[in-house]
This record gives sequence, structure tokens and C-alpha cells, in this order.
Amino acid sequence: MSVLTSPSTPATRKRSGLLQGKAKYAPTVATIVLFFVMFAAGSVIYPGFFSGQVFLNLLIDNTFLIVLAVGMTFVILTGGIDLSVGSVVALSMMIAAALLQAGWNPFAVIGLVLLTGAVLGLLMGLVIQVFEIQPFIVTLAGLFLARGLCYVISLDAITVTDPFFTSMAQARIRLPGNMFISPGVLIALLFVAGAFYVLHQTRFGRTVYAIGGGEASARLMGLAVPRTKVLVYTVSGFCSATAGILFSFYSLSGYSLAATGMELDAIAAVVVGGTLLTGGYGYVIGSLAGVLVLGIVQTFISYQGTLSSWWTRIVIGVLLLLFILLQKIFSRKTKLA
Amino acid sequence: MTGVLRHRLMWPVLALVLLLLLNQGFRSDFLVVRLQDGHLYGSLIDILRNGAPTLLIALGMTLVIASRGIDLSVGAVAAIAGAVSCTYIYNSDNPGSFATAATAVAIAVGAGLALGAWNGFLVSAIGIQPIIATLVLMTAGRGLAQLVTDGQIISVSNESFHAIGAGYFLTLPISILIAALAFAGAALLTRWTALGTLIESVGINPVASRLAGVSARRILWIVYVFSGFCAAVAGLMISSNVTAADANNAGLFIEMDAILAVVIGGTSLAGGRYSLVGTLIGALIIQTLTTTVYTLGIPPEVTLVFKALVVILVCLLQSPKARTLLRQRRQPAPARPATKAAA
Repeated sequence: MSVLTSPSTPATRKRSGLLQGKAKYAPTVATIVLFFVMFAAGSVIYPGFFSGQVFLNLLIDNTFLIVLAVGMTFVILTGGIDLSVGSVVALSMMIAAALLQAGWNPFAVIGLVLLTGAVLGLLMGLVIQVFEIQPFIVTLAGLFLARGLCYVISLDAITVTDPFFTSMAQARIRLPGNMFISPGVLIALLFVAGAFYVLHQTRFGRTVYAIGGGEASARLMGLAVPRTKVLVYTVSGFCSATAGILFSFYSLSGYSLAATGMELDAIAAVVVGGTLLTGGYGYVIGSLAGVLVLGIVQTFISYQGTLSSWWTRIVIGVLLLLFILLQKIFSRKTKLA
Repeated sequence: MTGVLRHRLMWPVLALVLLLLLNQGFRSDFLVVRLQDGHLYGSLIDILRNGAPTLLIALGMTLVIASRGIDLSVGAVAAIAGAVSCTYIYNSDNPGSFATAATAVAIAVGAGLALGAWNGFLVSAIGIQPIIATLVLMTAGRGLAQLVTDGQIISVSNESFHAIGAGYFLTLPISILIAALAFAGAALLTRWTALGTLIESVGINPVASRLAGVSARRILWIVYVFSGFCAAVAGLMISSNVTAADANNAGLFIEMDAILAVVIGGTSLAGGRYSLVGTLIGALIIQTLTTTVYTLGIPPEVTLVFKALVVILVCLLQSPKARTLLRQRRQPAPARPATKAAA
């Protein structure tokens, strides 16, 4: 919370008035409040729900989604969309699993996978920028391509037996109070912190917001619009590849059908986190909160026992709808202000 | 001759013909259609039959895209339609009767219309971007379908229901006839009445068309409801063909195929210009591509790679930037040729 209430641009806040300054954070704060309300409700309803470890498990089980949502935040802030992320996660897992099976060095494998993800994102960004084709159709093609390449690598699941990967899967970082996290959580939080820094403290970050606010204006201001737009898709591709590696640590296998529909989860997390789909408004912290909200929905359903897994999808859909409607009301208010 | 070359459906038709010839080259009986037991058989008939659900969904998608929208929920709607119809038949007292099948179809179509109206409501009344509005149903829809089937694959045995996807009428598969009927209906409605022009005007500029007296909202409702209807019928075909409802896999990725068919057919994703004949050819190309991959002995899953390459290629050819580059070579640059196809 303290991170959110210390805005990175105090000058603009003072100028535009207290009311608008608050409205800017409203959706993100709403998500964080929603998370705590759900956590509190869970603690009241279910015995054993209220514990630090349940909270940490949310992070442990969603490391890959956090990293994906971070990349997606960059793309959506510019007003674009990346539908390829789920497939790139699966492709990264397949490449990693296949190369490890072939006896490659695990660090070389990780490097190559990250490079592949970034290059895929770069290519999609270039097509979007140079040929002025809608991001949604280009990344849809990326979705097909990456998923198809998974099948080219192998139709069957490949198990990962590499000692480094298995040790990462089993490693637990002890915390006080008999709690623990996985190394993946640290990596995911590092991505959130890095993204926060880049978005709010660098020229690149400001350009991302400016493009979302109005691409033509950003161009007239002399900002590097084309380069930034290509770079956000590169960032998203890199994040997807990282998420793929984290997912490999988590599941210790590569499977062509893995992460089907995960792009929707990532988009939902970003939207629920308060980022406007039209671009320009939003915070990466909100996306983290969005992932936690989606995660706690899942926890609820598993604690309930009588509810089946498909309720997760329905609830995520309803949440997505609620937050889109909230955005609609919110964006109308800011226009009036 | 140049008129034919300039026609915007020339490339898609050429691609389709080349694909068919390629198949003929690998399998000499590919283009043969023969009559057997009073039914038409052959690879061409198979392509038409298997492509029928994609064509149906692509028809609805064409009009949605013409209105500058997109409907991502069609696969989920197809799954829901299959789920409600099969669940109804499964739970009915007389699961084999024609009346049960007819009621099941009515319920499924009703669900499709309602879900289309829901999308239309979000887009036209609330004013949410179409990609996001339909994303909601795309996310939640399969969950709803699973809720209906209780997470099971519901198998049914009903002759009348089975006929929708696998039956024959006048020597032709019924699914082809349904798709043809829907195509003819959509073509008549949009080209013999003003509806098509109104959809195009909304797609080009919703504000201007509203000022000109076009009820943009009503037009948007109509296209999404039609898309929901098409998706429901396609869902019925899919589940009827296998006489089962699979909430997880029925119609998976079909929205991608439909969008692809529309784009290959020359409909502009920016809205305002569409071709139903183009969509028909696009859907046939996709189905033939899938068949070709089978014929060549490549694992069918790899089709996705080919589809991706086709999307990228078609989009590049469609993009104004690439066109300008091409036009610069061809001097003198002609004014934009009038290529509005009668469809």
C-alpha cells in the first residue's frame, strides 16, 4: 500500500487536484482492497485459511502468471494486446525440456529460451510497427506459430530430469514463522520491482505511458514511439519465456498443450489490476494484485470442496466484466474532471 | 483480363485451386466425387462437410468484423450450444425421439441468440471495445459449458440429432446444406436489403452513420446476435457429428480459424468492407489446408504453423504499408480501383 500512495509524479498530482489524483489510483486500490476482503472472508469461512503460508502459496503457485502479467502490463499500457503469451510459455517449456533431454547445460538452455522469447516478441513488434497491422491479429498469428512449433518439437510430454531444474523445483527458502517461498517467487517479485522502476523512473517507461495516452501526441512530442512499441512486445516475449522457465521449475516437464488460455488469465489479471485496456493508465503493482485475486479465487474453490474447477473460469469472467464496467465508469469520471 | 487479375478474390481463389491441385498430385482420386448408396462421397465433399462449422462461424464473424468489431466468444458459444442440447437430450424421458431433438436444437439456438444479445449489449449499450466484451464470454463460456455438462462428456444417441452433423439429404451431407442455407440467407439479407450497407457504414464511422440517421446500436446488436446464432448452429453440428458434448474441446481455436477465413477472404479488419464470398473461399482454403497436411502425412497438429504463416502473409499483403510499397513500383499509381465485389 505504501508503494501506491507514494506517487512517482507528485508534481502532476498537485497540479491536477486531489480528487483526480485519487481517481487515478482507484481501480488499483479497489483490487488490493478486494484481495484483502476476500482473504479476510476466507479466513472467517474456512479453518486454516488465515495463515501466512496460504498467502505465500498464492505467490508460489502463480510465479509464472505474475511474470506474464508484468509483460502484458507494458503491452496494454501502450494500448496494444499480446495474445501469444500462453503459447510462448508452452514453446519455452518444450524447448527447455527437449534440450535438457538432449543433455545441454541447463544455463545455456535458459539463455537460449529467453533469447528465443525475446526474438519472437521483437519480430511480432516489428510486424505490428512496420506494417501497421493490429497487434491482436499479429499476436494471434504468434499464438498459432508458437503452439504449432510445440507440436513440431514433440507431440508427447517430455519429463525434465536435469538436476539444476529439479533442485530449483524443490528448493524452499525458509522464512521466519516456519514459512517458506520458492526461488521462483523471488524471480517474479524481481520482475515486478524491475518493471516498476522501468515504468516510473526511465524515459522508456514514460514513453510507454505517453503512447497509451495518445500515440499521435507522443510522436509530436518527439518521443521514440516506434522503437518503444517494438520494445514492449520484446519485453512481453522475454517475460513469456521467463514464465515458461518458471513453469518448467514448477511442473518439471514440457507439454504441447501446457498453458492453453493462459493469455486470458494474464489479460484478466492486468485488467482486474486496474490497467485501462485503452492504454495510458495502470500500475504493475495492480497487475500483481490482479494475479493474487485470481489466485485467491482458485484457493476459495479448492477450500470449498463442493465447487468444481470450472467455477474458476466463470468467476474470473465475472470479475473481468466487473472491472471493465468499473473502468468504464472510472474513465467517464476522469474525462469530466 | 486485367479486370480478373485485379479482382480482390483472385488471390484467394488461386490459392484454393493450387492447394486442390497439390492434393490431386499426391492422391490421384482426390478430386473424384462418386455416388455410393445414394450419397455423394469424396475428399471434396469431406472438405465441405468438415469446413461447414468454420464457415458458419466465419459468416457471423464477417458481419461482426464489417461493423469494426470482433467476436472472440464464438468457440465458447459453440461449446455451450453443444452442452445444453446434449444435456437436454440425455436427461429427457424420451431421448431418442424427434421431438426431443427438435427441442434440444431450439434450446441451443435460443442460448446462442441470448449470448449474442449479451455481447451486443456490452458492445452497443455499454460501449465496451468488442475484443474485450467478447473476451469475457470467451473466458467464462467454457466454464459455463462445463457447468451445464457437470464436467462430463455427455454422449447421446438420437438419430434425428445425429443427422444434423452426419446425416444426408438429397445425396448431400445435411451440414453442408445448413451452411449453404445460412450463407444464402446472410447474402440475401445483406445485399438485397440495406442491412449490408448499414453495417458497412457503421464499420467505417459509427458516429457519422448515427448522425446520418443510422441506428448504429441496433445494427451492432443484430451482427452480434447473428454471430451467436451461427456459433450455436456450428456447435450443434460439432456435437451432433460425434454425438457428444465436450465442453473443453468442442470448437477450441475455432474463433481463430473463423477470423483467419474472414481475413483471407479480403474482409478488412478495420471494418467497413466485407465479402461473404471471400469468407466462403477463406473457410474452404483453411479446411483444404488442414486436409493437405493430412494428405502429406504431416502430423495434423503442425497445421497451426501453416495457419500462422498464412495469417502473417495475408495480413502483410493486406496492409496499406505493403500495398504502398508495391504500388510505388507499378507506375503510374492508379487511384484505388473499385473492387467492391457483388456478393
